[in-house]
Amino acid sequence: MTCLPTHTERKLGLVIDLDTCVGCHGCATSCKEWNTGGYSAPLSDTDPYGADPDGAWLNRIHGYEVGDGTESRTVHFPRSCLHCETPDCVTVCPTGASFKRAEDGIVLVDPDLCIGCKLCSWACPYGAREYDPSHGVMKKCTLCVDRIYNEHLAPEDRTPACVRACPTGARHFGDLGDPNSKVSQLVAERGGFDLLGAFGYKPVNKYLPPRSRRDARTVGADTDTAPQKQKIAAPTTAIENLFSWVDRALSR
Amino acid sequence: MSTTVQDRVTTKTSNTAADARKSEPDAHGVILSEKPADRIETTTCYMCACRCGIKVYLKDGKVRYIEGNRDHPVNKGVLCGKGSAGIMQHYSPARLKAPLLRVGPRGSGEFKEISWEEALQTATSWLAKVRADDPRKLAFFTGRDQSQSLTGWWAIKYGTPNYAAHGGFCSVNMAAAGLYTFGGSFWEFGEPDWDHTKYFMLFGVAEDHSSNPIKIGLGKLKARGAKIVSINPVRTGYNAVADEWVGIRPGTDGAFVGALIHELLRTQRIDIDYLVRYTNAPWLVIEAPGAADHGLFVRDEKGNALAFDKRSNALTPAEGPDVVPQLSGLVKLPDGRTAIPVFQKIAERYLTDAYSPETAEKQCGVPAAAIRRYADELAKVAFEQTITLDVPWTDIHGRRHEKMVGRPVAMHAMRGISAHSNGFQTCRLIHILQILLGSIDCPGGFRYKPPYPKEIAPRVKPTGKPGQVKAGEPLPGPHLGFPMAPGDLLIDDAGTPQRIDKAYSWDAPLAAHGLMHMVITNAALGDPYPIDTLFMYMANMSWNSSMNIRDTLKYLTDKNPETGEYKIPRIIYSDAYYSEMVPYADLILPDTTYLERWDCISMLDRPISEPDAACDAIRHPIVEPDRDVRGFQSVLLDLGARLKLPGLVKEDGSPQFPGGYADYLVNHERAPGIGPLAGWRGNGDTFGKGAPNSDQLNRYIANGGFHAHHIPPSQRYFKHANKEYLDWAASVGFRAADAKMTFQLYCEPLQAFRLAAEGHGPVRPPENHRERIAKYFDPLPFWYEPFEGTMVDTGKFPMHAITQRPMHMYHSWGSQNAWLRQITGHNRLYLSRARGKELGIADDDWVWISSHLGRVRCQVRLMDGVNDQTAWTWNAIGKRKGAWGLSEDAPEATRGFLLNHLISELLPAKGGGYRYSNSDPITGQAAWYDLRVNIEKAAPEAVEHSEPRFEPFDDPIGRGHPDSISYGAEFKRARR
Repeated sequence: MTCLPTHTERKLGLVIDLDTCVGCHGCATSCKEWNTGGYSAPLSDTDPYGADPDGAWLNRIHGYEVGDGTESRTVHFPRSCLHCETPDCVTVCPTGASFKRAEDGIVLVDPDLCIGCKLCSWACPYGAREYDPSHGVMKKCTLCVDRIYNEHLAPEDRTPACVRACPTGARHFGDLGDPNSKVSQLVAERGGFDLLGAFGYKPVNKYLPPRSRRDARTVGADTDTAPQKQKIAAPTTAIENLFSWVDRALSR
Repeated sequence: MSTTVQDRVTTKTSNTAADARKSEPDAHGVILSEKPADRIETTTCYMCACRCGIKVYLKDGKVRYIEGNRDHPVNKGVLCGKGSAGIMQHYSPARLKAPLLRVGPRGSGEFKEISWEEALQTATSWLAKVRADDPRKLAFFTGRDQSQSLTGWWAIKYGTPNYAAHGGFCSVNMAAAGLYTFGGSFWEFGEPDWDHTKYFMLFGVAEDHSSNPIKIGLGKLKARGAKIVSINPVRTGYNAVADEWVGIRPGTDGAFVGALIHELLRTQRIDIDYLVRYTNAPWLVIEAPGAADHGLFVRDEKGNALAFDKRSNALTPAEGPDVVPQLSGLVKLPDGRTAIPVFQKIAERYLTDAYSPETAEKQCGVPAAAIRRYADELAKVAFEQTITLDVPWTDIHGRRHEKMVGRPVAMHAMRGISAHSNGFQTCRLIHILQILLGSIDCPGGFRYKPPYPKEIAPRVKPTGKPGQVKAGEPLPGPHLGFPMAPGDLLIDDAGTPQRIDKAYSWDAPLAAHGLMHMVITNAALGDPYPIDTLFMYMANMSWNSSMNIRDTLKYLTDKNPETGEYKIPRIIYSDAYYSEMVPYADLILPDTTYLERWDCISMLDRPISEPDAACDAIRHPIVEPDRDVRGFQSVLLDLGARLKLPGLVKEDGSPQFPGGYADYLVNHERAPGIGPLAGWRGNGDTFGKGAPNSDQLNRYIANGGFHAHHIPPSQRYFKHANKEYLDWAASVGFRAADAKMTFQLYCEPLQAFRLAAEGHGPVRPPENHRERIAKYFDPLPFWYEPFEGTMVDTGKFPMHAITQRPMHMYHSWGSQNAWLRQITGHNRLYLSRARGKELGIADDDWVWISSHLGRVRCQVRLMDGVNDQTAWTWNAIGKRKGAWGLSEDAPEATRGFLLNHLISELLPAKGGGYRYSNSDPITGQAAWYDLRVNIEKAAPEAVEHSEPRFEPFDDPIGRGHPDSISYGAEFKRARR
């Protein structure tokens, strides 16, 4: 069993905007690309050119349709480790390979200590852990711990690769333990929520819900206000009306 | 050019004092501050056509990471799912390794490796003979080429009229409609004013071109709370985040837009001042039905179009500064003829019941009440929420304006509009809507990117008339241009097409991008004539880039029974990867990956400009190839020199560009002072026109691979009428100084063709073409049902079927990518739940989808977000066994499928038996979204699989692919 820190100085995490994500997979492949050569290197792929290609990804995007009829909408849902405040994936670890950093709350797996028992993946309700069969160890989102403090990178690039790449700006990174941080304010403004909060793991990452749409339901049904105000003229009258308006408009 | 990888500018990552603290592993082996690269190079992405700037991290000689370049005008630092998977493309096992000569029958995939010298000598001998005999017998088509200003120039020097790239099955409807209407275009040649627009309408956009700019823009709209309305049969991707999704029936957008125009006119909410200032709305059109000048503009002796000026009560040149034109009413001309203004013709066209929302509802399925609401919303934003920028500017007449006033409604459109046989006129309808709202190139509207706007239409005419093609001589002009009248067509006296693809014939008079999709069919059938050599670059024409694959394969392998020779005797092909086209070629010239090559994103063809900056870019080799491959452009220059083509050899016969493409990029001049790259010319301080600068490529590399010339604020809007901008654009060669820039709501060139069809003028269509030309060459756009739906039994084929590209794939390229194919390894046919229920089809069922051409077996996924009469799938996922370095049991080949098997390249025969191509009647754009199908449940099979199936290729490259890859492990080993 592995202990959690009693307190973390910061709560670094992601805020993901489900209203803006178009499902392009830029965050997923940029994550794979950075991390296959980073702390978790490699993120292996099996049967990469064959019948059943599979691999370790630390971030995956799912597309769902939710709601029925006029309420139906398509949502793109990026899924990765939420760096929970009280994660079972750490406490179940028999070797201490899984750990939560006291400095910033990032949950990591030490590949040298991991024995690949998979207890952590059973403990995680979010399916955020990925077993790498080629190396027999568990891999997971590191919040790009090897980028965010990396002084070889320009200060503006010290963000997780997924945030750095996201073309729509749907991903945000920061300290969710600081109520004044930009990410905390964003969560407050947009009603950011915990994924499966009822489980009680207190995920640090937050999701921003889709905004309410301005469509027929919200701007008023298509009640045809125009014709009510002004009976639709026959085509010839409409043309005459238009020309007379144009004359007035042009000579004003 | 002697520039090498070693001596070019590189960005070195720096060591800082803090390294010591963070560069050592902590107790858990975490290194917080590890140096991520030995060097970082900036270049241009080529994972799709978007051409983003990238920074490539190189470590131990291998690619460690690729990220977006923050300074780059296109992507401003971000990178999509394709660009971020570039490593797997660069190291793809499907890469060709050496030149290949076919030894087995075509299609078998049996090749032998040969040397480059043998390959180039072989190609030269074939091409030299054709050039000496009849240059028309070379068809040179270049697919997804990003170097068209080079390949087109080469084809001119060679002398064949048969050259084009892939625009004929991609975007020509939109390019032509835009250029003939307002001198710009959707696609990548303009964009919504993302920073100001308040209402954005997105038509049929697939997620390919301008991929990151559109995503960045949507993010901006979301952040500002602008409303997004998407018009698309399918609710995925961008459409999923829209405020409103209008799930329109495919091919009916024109009916929808026509009704919006109807409503704006009916409710008198149009920008009448904008129309008078910038458009031909006041121009007088001759009303003389049956006469040779009917429908043409009233012009003075200098050729100026005339309007009736209410102030002077006289006819006056319509484009003068102070005209107060009459916009309605019959005008009696001095010679007794009568004329009416264009505006009246517009009102009479679109205010009829044919364009009422009720009529449109029946055609497109969008409720009339909703159409009225959209029109109302557009008008409210355009006219009640105007944007004013306190930026003075000077108009084309020299009048100063203190402010720039904008209508903040913007539109964008792409393949869903262009890939229909009514695409040209539908796109014109959208442009008319934009112009009536006053929203072209105003703050908040749709903005030009330099070098646009061009003259309306561009002055260049196509070349290749009888007498212009001579053995052993160059063509006297460019292949592609913009006909203004039947006399500009490339036909003989009998009306016979002169190009192999029948571009610029009566079949497709305004075929501004050619018809690559017809080349193989026409060449094999000898219609209009047989050819000797087909030379192609980067186009998978034996598979996902052709309609009617089975017959295309037959045409590629059919032999002439008398001679035993293939009907297309020689095929030369260049590609970087083992695509399905490779086995059908006789000689393969292997290209490099995008990280190994020189390239140019040129102002002369498809630059990467932004509305506020004229931009071009390069690619440069940042890793040396580990195979015996060469960049295609350098190979083309080498072939040109061996063929002694003018301009490609010096007077002494030696190559003009011995340093290959890099040499050409710097030293080639298209016109004095104008070359492929516009930045850092002359002494390094000149943009646009200037002497070649031997240091130019180093300057590009040092600047991140691109050059941006920023447009000053006073020139950023109303570019079509902005004197300062237009003067500058003329000074750098973007436009002629006297170019006509008035928006053509009424398109007179179309009327010229229509008059010819009615029997006027010296060049008239043969009898069998007349009805078609007269009907579709309407100078005011109109909506008509796409052809296939009117020619097949829609009782038998009730459904529409369309494709779109996944955001993480580019054409067929993505499936060789070990990461991207994990995201989409096979495709399903998507149907609405309601339709599934009606047809008795459940999720995961296998079905037969059939068209008038053939049938395909595939697996279904039901969904809500799709038009009820439409089935759709991801394109280019289905692969043939043995291609792309994949194993034969890859899901792309066993469960993936293409709709291409169902789409005919020819329309069914009509009276007289002639079969037109399945294309737009005006531009020749392939109408692959017109497809009509039937869907029925398939009987279960023991092992479920897609059909049709073809013989696997014998692909030496695909054998022995690895069981697993652990890319990046080497970096960790190096670390420890």
